[in-house]
Amino acid sequence: MTGVPIHEWTLLDAAEKVRRKEISSRELTRALLDRIGRLNRKFNAYITVLEEGAMREAAARDEAQARGEAAGPLHGVPVGLKDIFCTRGILTTCGSGILRNFLPPYDAAVTERIRASGAVLLGKQNMDEFAMGSSTETSRFGPARNPWAADRIPGGSSGGTAAAVAAGLCFAGVGTDTGGSIRQPAAVCGAVGMKPTYGRVSRYGMVAFASSLDQAGPITRSVPDAAALLSVIAGHDRRDSTSVDRPVPDYPAAAKRDVKGLKVGLPKEYFEGEGLDSEVRKAVEKALAALISQGAEVLDVSLPHTAYALAAYYIIAPAEASSNLARYDGVRYGYRAKTDGGLIEMMSRTRAEGFGAEVKRRIMIGTYALSAGYYEAYYGKAQKVRTLIRRDFESAFAKADVLLTPTSPTPAFRLGEKTDDPLTMYLSDIFTIPCNLAGIPGISVPCGMSGGGLPIGAQLLAKHFDEESLIAAAAAVERAIPLPRVAPDPGA
Amino acid sequence: MAITREEVLHVARLARLSLPEEEAERLREQLGNILSYIRQLDALDTKDVVPTSHAVEMGTPFRDDAVHPFGDKEAILSNAPDRQEDFFRVPRIIED
Repeated sequence: MTGVPIHEWTLLDAAEKVRRKEISSRELTRALLDRIGRLNRKFNAYITVLEEGAMREAAARDEAQARGEAAGPLHGVPVGLKDIFCTRGILTTCGSGILRNFLPPYDAAVTERIRASGAVLLGKQNMDEFAMGSSTETSRFGPARNPWAADRIPGGSSGGTAAAVAAGLCFAGVGTDTGGSIRQPAAVCGAVGMKPTYGRVSRYGMVAFASSLDQAGPITRSVPDAAALLSVIAGHDRRDSTSVDRPVPDYPAAAKRDVKGLKVGLPKEYFEGEGLDSEVRKAVEKALAALISQGAEVLDVSLPHTAYALAAYYIIAPAEASSNLARYDGVRYGYRAKTDGGLIEMMSRTRAEGFGAEVKRRIMIGTYALSAGYYEAYYGKAQKVRTLIRRDFESAFAKADVLLTPTSPTPAFRLGEKTDDPLTMYLSDIFTIPCNLAGIPGISVPCGMSGGGLPIGAQLLAKHFDEESLIAAAAAVERAIPLPRVAPDPGA
Repeated sequence: MAITREEVLHVARLARLSLPEEEAERLREQLGNILSYIRQLDALDTKDVVPTSHAVEMGTPFRDDAVHPFGDKEAILSNAPDRQEDFFRVPRIIED
């Protein structure tokens, strides 16, 4: 690590150095807060920076270490959280004007587990409003920017977290993925992003978007970091009825596993069509070559209902969102519009003023799809198509251990390029959405750079609860294709 | 797929969203385009397909039907836009 600046260390490097007392948590936290102070205005990766709180926590970690108290796996290491996780007494906006003043009375399960690991919370990271978007441009707090090219999007909806990781503004962060919102921003920012199996990480205290699809997961600078962070946040939680009660495997050990004999399926539908950028295709082919060179076997598979995934998603997710977002009525918390009218007018104006355009659009789609006379034609139909998509994956995983695909069809596009055309924007998630519909795990790992210097990611998918195969395969790609972990310093 | 301005306003009422005139018109066009795209699902025969209600196989979770009071009432009430003692104040429900 000699000569590597602090902000470029991996999560595990930083944890090891604190453990060995080569650096204090205070020094580590101060270094990142200074960098955030210098660069956050440029990248807008954080909505809330916990300047005093983080230093206070770091001091407490150092003092605990001096007393010889048992340390968690991330003792003293600063990390960030997407602003979708409730943090007791700390502003939690979910990127929305309607939650501009919300101070949660409790911690989310993910927040609790991050705290229990000994990590220091640096702040709450920028995101698309209620996680609805693919570019972080729908955030009420302004768009986050891609550290590799500040005129480009950092992806979405966990764009602030991916930008913070890629700009060296935290060692790692936790995002959420409803239709690709961890993997797509990780891909376009050059980070590792992992969506675990649905139910693997508790959703308690995570602001709900589409409850049958939402899942929290790590965004990091390396695959071993992702494995370590997943170990911290995974596990059963009785407060979330969809949390799965089964043991958490040794994910870090999987990052050291070889891939000899691993069967890698290539779904042909992901490589057909005009939407796939040629540089992305070439980079994913390099990832495939890397796996083959380490002993993996390749086979062709087919996921015939892939073309219908986006349409099914854009019924299911808005339908669930329209129901989840009914709670924002200006009564118990959040923004309330000023009005002299009655209750209904107060609620309608609160929601009209508090929500942004994309959220309103999805509430309208969802309400329409669930309204009398349309339920079966839209929501019922989409849930049946979801079954066909799940069956496709089951057939593919009967032959292959993992599937390899592009994560995003293109490298990061320019800010504003797709904001006027919702359908074109939705197509950004075309390769990531089927994974959420099936509830399987997925990971995006950097596999190349475009000619214009923009990161490209490869996506790996596995059957339910086989995160270990994903971690092993992604680590093999990472070992074979070394890429810079942090974007060049704009101040350098 | 064409969607009328009246349908947009009806759905907005159901969703408790007041929409200014120009926003209703913009949404009418955008929703029409999105719903047209979604109708491609009609091409699939799903007559004998069971809908997915949960992506991961699991039994119905049960827990004791027991009350667990939240410890910090003040933290909840302090978020209210308008409160009176231990209550959330709302505008008049039954109007004159």
